[in-house]
Amino acid sequence: MAGASKAVADSRANLPFVYRQYRPEQLRHVLHKMYLIRRFEEGAEECYMRGLIHGTMHLSIGQEASAMGICMPLAEDDQITSTHRGHGHCIAKGAEVSRMFAEFFGKTTGYCKGRGGSMHIADVAKGNLGANGIVAGGIPIAVGAALSSKMIKTGKVVVSFFGDGANNEGAFHEALNMAAIWKLPVIFVCENNGYGMSTSTARSTAVKNIAERAAAYSMPGVIVNGNIFSEVAEASFKAVERARAGEGPTLIESKTYRHRGHSKSDRNRYRTKEEIDDWMANRDPITLFETELRDFGFIDDQGIQAIRDAVAKEIADGIEFAKASPAPEIATLENYVYTEQA
Amino acid sequence: MDAVVRELSYAQAIQEAMAIAMDMDERVFLMGEDIGVYGGAFQVTGDLVERYGTDRVIDTPISELGGAGVAVGAAVTGMRPIFEFQFSDFAALAMEQIVNQAAKMRFMLGGEVSVPVVMRFPAGSGTGAAAQHSQSLEAWLGHVPGLKVIQPATPHDAKGMLLAAVADPDPVMIFEHKLLYKMKGHVPEGHYTVPIGKAEIRREGRDLTIVATSIMVQKALDAAAALEGEGIDIEVVDLRTIRPIDRQTVIDSVKKTSRLLCVYEAVKTLGIGAEVSALVAESEAFDYLDAPIVRLGGAETPIPYNPDLEKATVPQVPDIIAAARDLVKGVR
Repeated sequence: MAGASKAVADSRANLPFVYRQYRPEQLRHVLHKMYLIRRFEEGAEECYMRGLIHGTMHLSIGQEASAMGICMPLAEDDQITSTHRGHGHCIAKGAEVSRMFAEFFGKTTGYCKGRGGSMHIADVAKGNLGANGIVAGGIPIAVGAALSSKMIKTGKVVVSFFGDGANNEGAFHEALNMAAIWKLPVIFVCENNGYGMSTSTARSTAVKNIAERAAAYSMPGVIVNGNIFSEVAEASFKAVERARAGEGPTLIESKTYRHRGHSKSDRNRYRTKEEIDDWMANRDPITLFETELRDFGFIDDQGIQAIRDAVAKEIADGIEFAKASPAPEIATLENYVYTEQA
Repeated sequence: MDAVVRELSYAQAIQEAMAIAMDMDERVFLMGEDIGVYGGAFQVTGDLVERYGTDRVIDTPISELGGAGVAVGAAVTGMRPIFEFQFSDFAALAMEQIVNQAAKMRFMLGGEVSVPVVMRFPAGSGTGAAAQHSQSLEAWLGHVPGLKVIQPATPHDAKGMLLAAVADPDPVMIFEHKLLYKMKGHVPEGHYTVPIGKAEIRREGRDLTIVATSIMVQKALDAAAALEGEGIDIEVVDLRTIRPIDRQTVIDSVKKTSRLLCVYEAVKTLGIGAEVSALVAESEAFDYLDAPIVRLGGAETPIPYNPDLEKATVPQVPDIIAAARDLVKGVR
């Protein structure tokens, strides 16, 4: 509660977790970052529609509170592994949108120098070991990173983000088991947005809540409303404390929803327009958080507008940076396959 | 004055290399199934757990996919894991982490990470273990850019190439033929490396080049010795590394002998023999050829249980003798 006076602290005693735990400017910054994720996704989508970005992409619009809440208690050198729906995680962990756009445009200034694109976006300097095109591919890697943390005694905590689809992959089960038997500082975050591509969790998964899987691996399984920033951040905070104390892993199920389809080929035939509209109108994570901040007196309309304007400029500048950046030379095609030896 | 030449078995040579690697670098550790008190299915790790403790000689659950992924994750975050598969066949369970993650991570991330993981695969037939514990799958992994794939054929190379693999910044896959584990040979004391990507001429000759891998190197040498009495002078090239392949040594040898026989245990089609044949056919050595290139590889079948059938599945010394003789005498 650094920076907050006792009187202010007392006045917040009945507010949700994050309002007691973090300073107002930190919370306003969270709103800024949630908008940044939303507008980044919209900007990427527009660039794709206009033919400026090729390939495909998986947008996380609607899941911003989950990404921000989980990353809130992480230190800069803590690490994450991410998923094919990983743009939000990357921004939440501290990446610059300009270099992300540059990657999507296939430019040398991108985080992966144009070799990875949307599905492999990473920012190793900020602890993001990479999105992953393989469902559950990053989960064992996160456990390995946590093993390094324990062996080298760095104190780092590792978060593995994955979707509901990953909970039926063998890698998920093998990784959770090893993390538990070795008591590793890793947090498994299942962002359950209801559908693995088109197949609902009700049709794909034998348990009602994916968090129940934690019982099989003797770790806490926590369910949070993934669209409420404070709930997510509180669960993450506790899991990080537990991991840093050497008490082992936690499985957090963050129940959320993606407003857009699975990828650019999705015709949304497996869910209704009413369902999508309901989530957008009544459970939008940015609206929910923004309303809370305003109601609790942490921000006013002017402050909100200032954030929106700043984000709009950041996105526009990022796209311009990407457009102006150089494309890789064909002669460099085979670079980075192996480590260049001096 | 000369010290007695020290001999170790291939398995002992690997164990000594792992001990030296752990002594030299605290980031090096071992992971695998039953590699601790059990000593490994083939006693390669032996008593290392007693010397280095359970923190550095880690028994994993029977989780090849997860275990390989943990090794990859540890490698990209500062450690130097050596991951033992109990049998190379179990690579099939872990192909996702080997092929999609370990091999590509550096590339996908634009060079921001390296993946210095070593994976060891006990491979090959001849132990009566039948179809799921006897395969030679090195060509699968040899097909993947980002991996390095080696097949040491002697105790000396088993130690030196493992130490080179541990020092290498990229993922190195080591295929160890199980029948070689008991093979004895000279192994120098202390630390030394044998370079990855460099073939070795095991026997010089004028009439025919045999390019062989792994256990077939010794079989080729036995065949060459047998044909000496017939006046046939065979050069044996031990390929040692199948990715990156040492093209020049093969090309130079064929230019000298004008004939090429490739001998390998893995299934014949779409294997290392095809690659070696093609690299010669595409090179200036093609003009030197006096006979068609011949491949001797494994039969187009899974490895059977019956010992006679099992032997018939892979090239044996008499097969190599016959093929080499026919090639040199112009029967083919």
